[in-house]
Amino acid sequence: MPVRLTEGHRLCAGCAEPIVAKQVLLATDKPVVVANATGCFEVSTSGFPQSAWEVPWIHTAFATTAATISGVESAYVSLKRKGKISEDIRFVAFGGDGATYDIGLQALSGAIERGHRFMYVCLNNEAYMNTGIQRSGATQRGASTTTCPSGTCIPGKKEIPKDLTKIIAAHKLPYAAQASPHNWKDLIAKAAKGFEANGPSFLNIITPCPRGWRYDGANTIEMAKLAVETGMWPLYEYENGKWTLTGETKRIAEGKMERRPLADWLKAQGRFKHLLAPEWKDVVDDIQNNLDASWDELLRLTKL
Amino acid sequence: MSTAEDVIVEPGTARKYHTGSWRSKKPVVDKEKCINCLFCWMFCPDNSIIVEGGEMKGIKYTHCKGCGICSRQCPKDAITMVEEGEE
Repeated sequence: MPVRLTEGHRLCAGCAEPIVAKQVLLATDKPVVVANATGCFEVSTSGFPQSAWEVPWIHTAFATTAATISGVESAYVSLKRKGKISEDIRFVAFGGDGATYDIGLQALSGAIERGHRFMYVCLNNEAYMNTGIQRSGATQRGASTTTCPSGTCIPGKKEIPKDLTKIIAAHKLPYAAQASPHNWKDLIAKAAKGFEANGPSFLNIITPCPRGWRYDGANTIEMAKLAVETGMWPLYEYENGKWTLTGETKRIAEGKMERRPLADWLKAQGRFKHLLAPEWKDVVDDIQNNLDASWDELLRLTKL
Repeated sequence: MSTAEDVIVEPGTARKYHTGSWRSKKPVVDKEKCINCLFCWMFCPDNSIIVEGGEMKGIKYTHCKGCGICSRQCPKDAITMVEEGEE
C-alpha cells in the first residue's frame, strides 16, 4: 500500500489526526484527490517549502472545503465524459470540527444535497485546536477551553455539542458513520464503504488531542477507546436509510460488554478536571442525562 | 510575484524535515518479545515504524517524535520508552 501522508509533518507528538488519515486512506487503492480545510492538519502537513502529501492536495478555507472538493469532482466528471481522463479517482475532504460543525457546514450541506461523489472526513477533536483551544459546536458540555475557561462562575462550556452526524444523515445521503481510530478495522471498513458509495458520504471520527484535552500523548488511542466505551462517542453507521451500531457500541447494546461509567471519561482529561469538584455535580448530572438520552435515541433509531 | 521557487512540485518533501529532534523519550524494541502484529505501525502518527515483508524491523529515529503510542499499544510490552541519551 503506498504511503499517502509522509512522516516529517509538524503535528504534535501523539496527535491522532495522522493516524486517522492513514486509516482512512488505507481504505482504497484507487488514486485520491484531497481537499483540506484550514486547521492543524492543513498547516502542519504543508509547512513551506515542504509537503507531507504524496497525492494531489488542495488547501482551502474553513468555509469552502466541501465546495472545493465538489468543484474538483465536477471537473473530473466532465473530463471523463469527454474522454480526456480514464482513471477511476476518489475525492476526499478533511476538515476539523471547527471547519465541519461550524464554519463549513453550509458548503458541506450544499455539496451533499447536490449529490457529488465525495467523502467528507471530520477529524473531530472537539475544539479549535490550531488557534489555541477555542470552543466549537463540537466541544463537550463542561469542557474547559480558552473561550469558555472553567472558573468560579462557569463550569467550562455551558452548551451541549450539536449532533452533526444526525444532521448529515438528515440529508438522506448514501452513507454516513461515526468511527474511532482505536478500532481501526471498523474505521477502515467504514471508510471503504464511504469511498465506494455512489454519491456523497460522511465520516465523523473522534480524534483525541493531547494538548486540548490535557492528557499524556501516549494515551491517544486509549482516549479514543474510552470515548467509545463510555458511550460518549458511539460507533454507528447510516447506510441507505438504515441505522446500524458497530464495534464496541454494538457489543454494549447487545449486553456483551458493559458501558464504562462517565466518570472514567471525565477523570482522564484535564479539560474536565474541575467537574470533579462537588460544586459542579449538577453539570456532571446534566452530562450524564444527555448521554443517556442520546444513547436511548440511538438504540431506538437502530431498532427501527 | 510568483516564481518557480514558491511552488512545491515534488511530493512528500516533508521527509527532509527530521522531527526526530523533538524527541525526549525514545522507544526501544525488544524483538524477542515482538510478534509482528504491527499495531505499532497502525497507530504510529509519524510513519516511524519500519516494516519489511510484514515484519516489524525497528523504529525510524530520524522522524519518531517519541510520543509513546507504540509502547502503550504494544500487546506484548515489547517497546519501552527510555530517556533520550540514557540507553
